[in-house]
Amino acid sequence: MNMIRNKASERQEIEALLPWHAAGTLSRRDAHKVEQALQSDADLAIQYATVRQDLVETIGLNESLGAPSARAMQKLMADIEADASTARRARSSFNLGEWLSEKLSSFSPRTLAWSATAAALAVVLQAGLLAGMFVSERQGGDFHTASVQTDQAIKGGTYALIRFAPEATTGDVNKLLENYKIAIVDGPSGGGVYTVRLAVTGMPKEELARTVKKLQDESVVRFIGPKPTE
Amino acid sequence: MQTTSDEALIGRIAAGDKLAMQVLFARHHVRVYRFVLRLVGEPSRAEDLISEVFLDVWRQADRFEARSQVSTWLLAIARYKALSALRKRPDEELDDETAQAIEDQSDDPEVAMQKKDTSDVLRKCLTKLSAEHREIIDLVYYHEKSVEEVAKIVGVPENTVKTRMFYARKRLGELLKAAGVERGWP
Repeated sequence: MNMIRNKASERQEIEALLPWHAAGTLSRRDAHKVEQALQSDADLAIQYATVRQDLVETIGLNESLGAPSARAMQKLMADIEADASTARRARSSFNLGEWLSEKLSSFSPRTLAWSATAAALAVVLQAGLLAGMFVSERQGGDFHTASVQTDQAIKGGTYALIRFAPEATTGDVNKLLENYKIAIVDGPSGGGVYTVRLAVTGMPKEELARTVKKLQDESVVRFIGPKPTE
Repeated sequence: MQTTSDEALIGRIAAGDKLAMQVLFARHHVRVYRFVLRLVGEPSRAEDLISEVFLDVWRQADRFEARSQVSTWLLAIARYKALSALRKRPDEELDDETAQAIEDQSDDPEVAMQKKDTSDVLRKCLTKLSAEHREIIDLVYYHEKSVEEVAKIVGVPENTVKTRMFYARKRLGELLKAAGVERGWP
């Protein structure tokens, strides 16, 4: 009796974890437990298929919400300028200029010449560091917003939203893209979701469904769904 | 090429670095905006609220303890701001109607079913869920938050998160069934 009750509660626990399994946010141990249950429980597998469908459409719905205008950033920066904490931080920060002029006024001309050289070097070094930091941020892999598309702007054709399995390597992804003759045209946005072009022309609905189904069965793909028309 | 982590940006923001603030904003503002928009239903209001969210980050950066991801912290602030704004709104309550405002201006699921396919109906049904159910579905599927992170954002125990998600899925299935889509579950 107890064993039956335990089995039922274990199944309930697995059932509750399905959404997180689909989203790829479970621990390795829990993911393994869910995978095993899915292999032996057909009803659970049906339920999991509905979860994946919900996930695809939730992402599609959120992606269709657009992005805020530049006004939001302008308002934020204006608010920051006007904020009392900004002035407080500026006051409490170390004032290098004041410190230098105090020190320099007490030095001999020779010491002053050496100090000037050292200061110039420090300025060059600091400029280099700042430039490096700026370039790294501007060029970094995930410095973009979901609203910004790459140079390969989406024009015509058939597109899908795809999220790759977390364990997939770059090589796996490239192989998949090559095998299916598809190209990533945008992303990642909204939780590692990419837009891929399945064909340069519009695909008939049945063919699109077939292709999506085939891709869905690939281990490299966590989920895929036709990109909603906007 | 390596980019500065969110945690490092927060450290710089705490020291008064406005450039770091702009980088953090650029990284997260679209997702935070969509999360808020799904709660308050008005784009201009959602824009104002995300400015407030990031202003709070500017003010409280030195108190961030890195016990959760920065994005989780942002969503928790955003949720608090959105719910407070909804409570302040005169003659309105925080109910299902409010947050359905974005998507609900067109057809009912039944009508959409006649026009298009399951995908459209499913989206319509997603907008018909209660604010509580819609929020949890967004956090899990779109914002990719774990059980623990959702619990932190929403402020409920982890078991409640799982149960709430289960009932949200069940409700979604019922709405689909009512719209003529049978998926075999529930």
